Parts: sequence; C-alpha cells; structure tokens
Amino acid sequence: MEKVKEIYTNLFHNYREVLRMNASEAIDARRDEAFALFSEVGFPSDKDEKYRYCNLDEALKVDYGMNLYRMGIPAHPDDVFRCDVPSLSTRLYFIVNDLFYPSKKAVSLPEGVLCGSLNTLLKEHPEIGSFYDRLRGEDNDGLAAMNTAFVQDGFLLYVPKGVCIDKPLQLIQMFQGDIDILANRRLLIILEEGAEANLMVCDHAITSARYMSDQVTEIYVGKGANLQYYELEMTHDKTTRVANTYVSMSSDASLLMNSIGLENGLTRNNVYLRFEGRGASADLSGLELMSRNQFADNHVLVDHAVEGCSSNQLYKYVLDDAAHGVFGGKVLVRKGAQQTAAYQSNANMVGSQQARMHSLPQLEIYADDVKCSHGSATGHIDEDAMFYMRQRGLDEGEARMLLKFAFTSDVVERIHFTPLQDRIKMLIGKRFKGELSKCHDCKICP
Amino acid sequence: MSNILLEIKDLHANIGDKEILKGVNLTVNEGEIHAIMGPNGSGKSTLSAVLTGHPAYTVTSGEVWYKGKNLLEMPPEVRSREGIFLSFQYPVEIPGVSMVNFMRAAVNEHRKYRGEAPLNASEFLKLMREKKSLVELDNKLTNRSVNEGFSGGEKKRNEIFQMAMLDPTLSILDETDSGLDIDALRVVAEGVNKIQGPHKSCIVITHYQRLLDYIRPQIVHVLYKGRMVKTGDFSLATYLEQNGYDWIKQEVGE
Repeated sequence: MEKVKEIYTNLFHNYREVLRMNASEAIDARRDEAFALFSEVGFPSDKDEKYRYCNLDEALKVDYGMNLYRMGIPAHPDDVFRCDVPSLSTRLYFIVNDLFYPSKKAVSLPEGVLCGSLNTLLKEHPEIGSFYDRLRGEDNDGLAAMNTAFVQDGFLLYVPKGVCIDKPLQLIQMFQGDIDILANRRLLIILEEGAEANLMVCDHAITSARYMSDQVTEIYVGKGANLQYYELEMTHDKTTRVANTYVSMSSDASLLMNSIGLENGLTRNNVYLRFEGRGASADLSGLELMSRNQFADNHVLVDHAVEGCSSNQLYKYVLDDAAHGVFGGKVLVRKGAQQTAAYQSNANMVGSQQARMHSLPQLEIYADDVKCSHGSATGHIDEDAMFYMRQRGLDEGEARMLLKFAFTSDVVERIHFTPLQDRIKMLIGKRFKGELSKCHDCKICP
Repeated sequence: MSNILLEIKDLHANIGDKEILKGVNLTVNEGEIHAIMGPNGSGKSTLSAVLTGHPAYTVTSGEVWYKGKNLLEMPPEVRSREGIFLSFQYPVEIPGVSMVNFMRAAVNEHRKYRGEAPLNASEFLKLMREKKSLVELDNKLTNRSVNEGFSGGEKKRNEIFQMAMLDPTLSILDETDSGLDIDALRVVAEGVNKIQGPHKSCIVITHYQRLLDYIRPQIVHVLYKGRMVKTGDFSLATYLEQNGYDWIKQEVGE
C-alpha cells in the first residue's frame, strides 16, 4: 500500500496549485494540514482494530482518475437520470462524481437558507467557513484526511436560526463515466438554533466502471434544532464507498439518521456523534441488504460527553450468498454524563452458509446514574415460521421473502417521512425479488 | 359408497433417529369427521406434521394417498393448495408480516394453483369480512402482524379464520381446544362446522371429549406408541373420557 500512498502523495504535490485554483479559502486552508496527517497515518489498514474486518487494499489499488480539472459531463443529470425515489421533493440537487449541479427547476427556500455548491457558497459566505472541517477530529482517519486534502466541491446546507424548511431536500450523488473514478465528496450541514430540515441523500452508480467515493460529512444540529437525515445507497458491485460522518449535537437538539443500503459493492460508514449540550437526542438506524460478494461495515461511535442526552441505535443486516457484514457500535458515556439513556441493538439474518456477520457491540461507561443497554443477535430464518407459511400455500421463496421483509420493518418504520417510508418499503420488496429498476438489463453485477 | 379422500398405509416416520410413527393405517372418506385421541407422546402431532410435510420429520416407509395422488411427493405448499389445512397446536408468531398481506398471498397462491385470477383488493377485503364473522374475530387482529401478541384463544380463532379463508378439503385440527375457555371453544367449533360440507373431511386431534361434543366425529381412533390401537364410534370417546387410557395400555400388553 506504500506505493498507492506514494501515487497520491505525488499527485498532491504536483497538483497543489491546481487544487488552489478556484477553491474557496476555507477549503484550501485545510489541505496542507490534512495532507500532513494523511502522510503520517496513511490509508486505513486491517491491522487497525477498527478496520479489522474491512480490507480496502484491493479497492485502493485501482488506478482511479480524479477530476482535478473539473471537467463537466455532457448532459445535465436532471435530463438523464431518474432516482428510484422520485418526486419526494422538487428541491433536488446533484453531485455527479464530485461535481455539483443544481436542479434545472427553480427552487424556492426560506430566506437565509443556503443550499447548494459547497465551494461556491463558502466563497460567497466566508463567515460559514468556520464550520468547515471542524468536526473531523481526533479519530485521525486517513481517508477523511485525504478527502480534506483533495476535495474541490460538495454540498452545503445552512439553515439559519428559527427557520424551518417544511419540505424535504434531496441530494442525488451519482457516478457516471467510462473510466475508473475516485470522487472526494463533502457535505456540510448546519442547522442553527431552532432550525428544522429534512434531507435525503441517495448514492447511485449509473455506468459500469470501478468507482470509489471518499466522503466526509459534517453535521451541526444547533440548540433545539431538528434534523432528519436519510441516506440510501443503490450502487453496484464495483463501487466502493467510504463515508465518515461527524455530528455535533447542541443542547435539546434532535437528530434522526437512517441509512439504507440496497445495492453496494464495498461500503464502510463511520459515524461519530458527540453530544455537546444537555437534553439532546439522537436516533440512529441502518439497514444493509446484501447478497453475492457485497460487503458493508457500519461503525458508530456515540459520545455522551455531557449529561441528560439520549441515543438509540438500531442496525440490521440481511445477508445472502457470500455477503459479509460488520457492525461496530460503541457507546461512550463520559464521566459526569449522568442521566444518560443509551440503547444499541444489532440484529442480523444470515440466509446462507457462506454469508458472514461480525458484530462488535461495545459500551464504555464512566458515569453511575445512567440507563444503557445493548444487544446483538445473529440468526437464520425462523424455520417454524417458514413451515407455517408454506402450510398456508406460500412457496418457499415467497415465504422467505416475506420473512426477510418483515425483519427489515422496524428500521424502515424509523423513517418518519411517510412518502419516503412507503417508497423504501417498495424498493426493499423489489430488492428481495431482484427487481430493482437499476438492475434491469444491467450486467454490472455478476 | 363414499369416495376415499385420504388413505394412510403402514406409515413409519422419524424425527432424527427416533421412530415416532410405527405403522399407522387410516382411511378417511369424503364427508367424514375422524377424531384421533391418545395419551401424550403417542404421535398425534407427529402424524399431523407428517401429513402436512414438515421438513423435520422423515418418512421411512409406508404410503399416503390423497385424492388418489401420492401425498408424500408433494412439498408442503402444494399439499396446502391441494386442500389440506392444519390448524396448528402452537400457531407461530411472525412479527412484521401483517395478517392481511399473509392471507392475501395465501389465498392468491391457492387461486393461481386452480388457474383462477388473483382477487383484487376489494374482493379480498369482502372475503375477509365474511370469514371473520364466522369465528367472531376482532377487526383489530387482522390489522396486526400474524399472531403477534394474540392471546391463546385469539390464536386458535385466527387458525379457524384462516381455515375459512382457504376453504380446505381436509382439515386437521391439532389440539385446537387446548387453551380455550368454554365460550371460545363453542365459537371455534361452530366455525369449523360451518366450513364443513358433504365432500369435506376433518381430522380432529384432541385429548378430551369436550371439543367432540361440538364437532361430532363419526369415527374415533386411539393412537398409542405410534400405532392406531383402537377404532370405534363416538361412544369410544365417551368411554375414554370416563376411563382414561390405562385400560388401553393394558390391552396392548403393558
């Protein structure tokens, strides 16, 4: 891997001036320090405890192209692409590889809200620059550092104090192109005091080259603010996604984060959530549906740094064929964080002999007046239920599908936005039947 | 002379290495109600599981003919679509699968097997309403997940409701009376009787006569140690109720 590191090191030094061109001050100012960190720590390796089951070497060895000169695509994404989660919102934004595109339709947002290209908005509103790259803290993730060194654009949502965006916003991130591409993606979401927003981010891969996204998301949920943040991955076997998400929760803030993986290649999601003020609550959930040789690894750290906050995690995996899932969840209750309520649950349904699941739940508690629990269960399909359903006339495949669908229901019910919940239910049904529209006539996955 | 619906010949079946059925013979004609009684562990539930194709049991020898077809060659779902229904002794809870979706899938699988078009939503709901009233099943139960959080009595009612929905030719009631109070027992039994008809048959597995007072069998069998050791008319059930099973154990030489 030293060789790969050297390639990116040379790339950074040779193109340092190109990266400076057209970059907002906030983004460019963070590059050198981040690169120094990357030089020091390198890529995550399976020798690192946190990446023990997640080997990125093969994915990183691919000779990806990085769009340093910001070449556009020939057609506007609005004209060529329909997301499987359509008409949720007219407030639609696109990231193609790592280029930002607004929707062609006019979007009206409440006064003071900033939503769009990260680089452009940071140039126009330098005062927001202070939020940029502040949360990528102590974990020293090499890929998050690399993102910060190379990133050129991304998506920004800023909701000022007391402003509520009633309708959901949708960001569609897609890969498109004939060459293998590495995209540095960056999301910055800021809700000031009392603000409310609802954002859905969908990841797609439209064409069949090898892709890798190295994503960093920073989320600030201000005092008493309320954010619903949904993620959906519908890529393919040749896609690698590494996403580091950092969340800061102010007092009385509330967050609902729900992440659903319907199709992927290799996925690693790291979520670091820190409670900074009392009375805040976070509901984190995830669902991974995997078959073939798909791999997904969700690592979640919930840091109860202050008293009186509550967190609730629910992560579920359905694994078939030779799929491999990993869940690493840690709840840290620091000294003095009394009256903490923290729950964590991981449940997995393994449908074949070859599929594997590693579950690593952890509680670390340094306060004495807390309510915490965690649980992890991995099992096969309930054979009694299978027989019961077959006795009523359902064939084995149908019974299995209904049981798998049922297993996913509590995660999906945590989606509080009903049209999205309905849509996701439908997509999950299609996924189990192998009928996702993206899969029609598509030969990408073997 | 009635037509033979089910014919079991010298049926032997194991669970793991243990032989449970050791040569069962039974003939059920169209329109007949049979009761199978017997002490605990005699193989009554095993017989119902084998007849419906439970994968945990292995048939080691013998034959089962149903409507002139080799039943043992059919997977469980085909047996169901051919009209065999088992009211489970312990109905399974299936969290996350709604009763409505489950029954709709089942009814439409049966229809597809018969070459009929699936029911649309309003036809299906009409059928549900009609059949629910047969067993006085609460509306709120069909809106929930299959058997989840149902009381013992509600689960048994729900079994008979499903039986009414699927309209089977051969119903097997495996201890449907266990866990029912006397009012629920009456409702369930009346439901079963309404579903019965001249070409339909029923096998009632029970320990007690009380269910048989409502669902009155023409023929009563005693299954003991994996064999049918006694067959008689309704008076056999009455005799067993009064005298228990000890005399049978003595008769077969213990």
